[in-house]
Amino acid sequence: MRTVLFIVRKEFVQIFRHKVMLPLIFLMPIIQLVILAHAADYEVRNINLHIVDHDLSQYSRRLAGKFQASGNFILTGSSFSSQAAFDEIQKGDADLFLDIPAGFQRSLLRESRAGLQLSVDAVNGVKAGLANAYATAIIQDFNEEVRSELAGPGAGKPSLAIASSNWFNPELNYFTFMVPGILVLLVTLVGMFLSGMNIVKEKEIGTIEQINVTPIRKYQFIIGKLLPFWIIANAELAIGLTVGWLIFDIPFVGSLWLVFGFAAIYLLVVLGMGLFISTVTETQQQAMFIAWFFLIIFILMSGLFTPIESMPPWAQQITKFNPVAYFVEVMRMVLLKGSGLMDIKRHILVMGGYALAVNGLAVWNYRKRS
Amino acid sequence: MKQLLIFIRKEAYHIFRDKRTLLILLGMPMVQVLLFGFAITNEINNARIAILDLSKGEMSRDIIQRMAASGYFEIGENLHSLSDIERHFRQGKTKLVAVFPPQLEEKLLRNTPVQIQLVADATDPNTATTLINYASAIIGRYMQEQNQGKALPLAITTEVKMLYNPRLKSVYMFVPGVITIILMLMSAMMTSIAITREKELGTMEVLLVSPLRPSTIVIGKVIPYILLALTMAAIVLMLGAFVFGMPIRGSLLLLIAECVLFVITSLSLGILISTRTETQQVAMLISLMALMLPTILLSGFIFPIESMPKVLQLLSNIIPAKWFIIIIKNVMLRGTGFDFIWKETLILLGMALFFIAASIRNFKIRLA
Amino acid sequence: MLPAITADKLTKRFGDFTAVNQITFEVRKGEIFGFLGANGAGKTTAIRMLNGLSRPTAGQASVAGFDVYRHAEKIKRRIGYMSQKFSLYEDLTVRENIQFYGGIYGLPLDEIRRQMKQLVAGLGMEPYARSLVKSLPLGWRQKLAFSIAIMHRPEIVFLDEPTGGVDPITRRQFWEMIYKAADEGMTVFVTTHYMDEAEYCGRVSIMVDGRIAALDTPHALKAQFHAASMNEVFLNLTRPGRHQS
Repeated sequence: MRTVLFIVRKEFVQIFRHKVMLPLIFLMPIIQLVILAHAADYEVRNINLHIVDHDLSQYSRRLAGKFQASGNFILTGSSFSSQAAFDEIQKGDADLFLDIPAGFQRSLLRESRAGLQLSVDAVNGVKAGLANAYATAIIQDFNEEVRSELAGPGAGKPSLAIASSNWFNPELNYFTFMVPGILVLLVTLVGMFLSGMNIVKEKEIGTIEQINVTPIRKYQFIIGKLLPFWIIANAELAIGLTVGWLIFDIPFVGSLWLVFGFAAIYLLVVLGMGLFISTVTETQQQAMFIAWFFLIIFILMSGLFTPIESMPPWAQQITKFNPVAYFVEVMRMVLLKGSGLMDIKRHILVMGGYALAVNGLAVWNYRKRS
Repeated sequence: MKQLLIFIRKEAYHIFRDKRTLLILLGMPMVQVLLFGFAITNEINNARIAILDLSKGEMSRDIIQRMAASGYFEIGENLHSLSDIERHFRQGKTKLVAVFPPQLEEKLLRNTPVQIQLVADATDPNTATTLINYASAIIGRYMQEQNQGKALPLAITTEVKMLYNPRLKSVYMFVPGVITIILMLMSAMMTSIAITREKELGTMEVLLVSPLRPSTIVIGKVIPYILLALTMAAIVLMLGAFVFGMPIRGSLLLLIAECVLFVITSLSLGILISTRTETQQVAMLISLMALMLPTILLSGFIFPIESMPKVLQLLSNIIPAKWFIIIIKNVMLRGTGFDFIWKETLILLGMALFFIAASIRNFKIRLA
Repeated sequence: MLPAITADKLTKRFGDFTAVNQITFEVRKGEIFGFLGANGAGKTTAIRMLNGLSRPTAGQASVAGFDVYRHAEKIKRRIGYMSQKFSLYEDLTVRENIQFYGGIYGLPLDEIRRQMKQLVAGLGMEPYARSLVKSLPLGWRQKLAFSIAIMHRPEIVFLDEPTGGVDPITRRQFWEMIYKAADEGMTVFVTTHYMDEAEYCGRVSIMVDGRIAALDTPHALKAQFHAASMNEVFLNLTRPGRHQS
């Protein structure tokens, strides 16, 4: 135990001696947390709309006005030629254009029906789908209005409605989800990076030899290497949660103890992976590429940015091996929904097993002798 | 010039001799593009939803069946009371519950207003919104069909054209982003370590006392990596085209030229990092930690830049990946020519020049 | 009395290449044993097999009475090692390095404190105790590394080219430290390619291409090869074509 403490002390001294490391480890992630949490909004606002109004009637102007008033669309231009509108889309200045044909109003009043044309830039499929849905809703709404004005109220109104409610987060505040999630990513990045570069650095400089001729036990060495980063990562998590609470008003519905308890196990997995990478590589460069490879997979397949449910079944199977996905989910469950110990039992067991396996592997693979 | 060639050869030896690292460098982006190309999507496929059917009528059964048949949803558990919903969410089993009220048909026949409730677990608001939209669309379409018989007066019909991507495949949205992100991060990382490594190992001093000019050293270091990064670019673009069916509607030559430019920009960013740092650890911390998440989040790869707050929209302008994503979407999907992307190209060029100039300046300062 | 080190046909192969080829020797307790050879002759590989860093391919060896195959960890308690590569942490201070290695070897805290004072004073490094090791000149670092390697009073200390790149005066001081350690009963196993240093050793073995080509006291070796200095002995042994005979 004493031996372990000596290693821990040495690691701390080495980390904090480099003046650049401290801000890079603590400040940079927190700044990223505060800034990037704002970026992670799927909601499609500010859709750029171009209107081609061939009709120039009272109704066509009223419809255009409804689009502008909706809040989802920004009218970026209007013209009298569909080709001009199409060019706007090519240039990326418009996301969609509404083509109101000549005689729209007349046709609606005389023939009791009229057509419109909507052209959407569908490179971003989801955005296009939403833009279409919003636009269609506005047009339908307009249709209802016109209908009740001319044919009397209640005409043809369907009596079955669809209501939706958003539990745990009725205002659809995406910070409450993104802040804890991004924090998980940052803590993971810092932890895996520090531990992954560590042993391999001693290999590269040659000090590892000096350690290997000492009577130190393998597990003492690995624990001594693990502990400092475990403490740093936990501290980082605590700072990040404080920031989330102060700046973003993240509700802590469930128990914070549970979050930190889970984090304690989770970090063992992440750091153990780092150490394992460190033991199988020869240079920091190699270690870094391998760590990067896994980190980016863990991050993009964590279910934070795109839902796991959307992945093909085999990819969903892969996420079962992704520790980040577990922690992101536990954060969401405990902090936002107030899930208890029993609800996250499975997550804890999986992480516990994972931690044992990874660290066992790291100890086993760390060779004092070649 | 001859010196430069000799120097480039030495750098190329370093890179290409180490077969294992080479394999890692080329294999990793391949695996990642394949993996992410399939997995990163926000389309809804077989999302599990739970049902709370209080009406138990023909209509609710029809709608549930419709949902299951759509391919978007998979019907999970049947709940029995409203209080089940919260427990269900808390265990994280599904994210959406469809609630059918009692006496659905009777009320509809009597023309009393009645509601189908879609209850979403909105802890992940993005997914919640998408799920609700999909489910509403299915129910809406069902209702429309039911009403088919009774033609409404004064109907406005809208004809919708989905340009470039009529089937709304999200591959078109994400594959360009995946390609960009991987190219940029790998390139910046490779060069950021290359120079700091020589500094740390002491071989840099040998180079510095040689009659080579600092600019020669920097250029000589970058050129082999350009070749490597271009190979990488070729691989990932081919995967995009052949595996994910990304069309190349614009000029292939233009696409290649833009790739060269982007690769140079990213590599020179790496060089800049390396001239400012002393140890490999710090260089890596910056190129890995400081670049990864901002590039993923602010490039418009996953989250639309238009939805971000103004400040972040401004900030996103300094992310090289943002501009390249715009460029490849234009050239590959919209088939536009250079006249539509000259602005973005110029910005990337400016960034590259800035990174290179700053690197050479840092380098000279060190020498002074 | 048991020998400090015995090696019997000790061999290490890396693939097709035989780095150390069946070397056999004994090192007596308290002896200063010189291990000479050109670069690449296999000195470092031999040392790494003895101190437990590298597993031998064949042959037998024991260090401090323990078998290198089975009891590498027990051996490690009884030896000190100073590697050819610089072995202290450059980004730690002199004091921190002493504390760290003292702690790793399990010395009690007051013992570490006592040794630190004594060691720093002995080296005349009081003003630099709180300086980073990387700011010290090479000679000082090497002396410090040696002092730290024997801080836990090992029975045997392995020194792998400890004076490489060090000026003659510092080398002299370094050897005085080695003598002092030997006087206290420590066995010293030292590799070098400075032939003048060979003269300081009790016995010398000369390695050529992975084999021990000669082993005796410097005096006897000079007599055997009719040479005036160890340098001549060495050249004699390593001259091309010699080992065909």
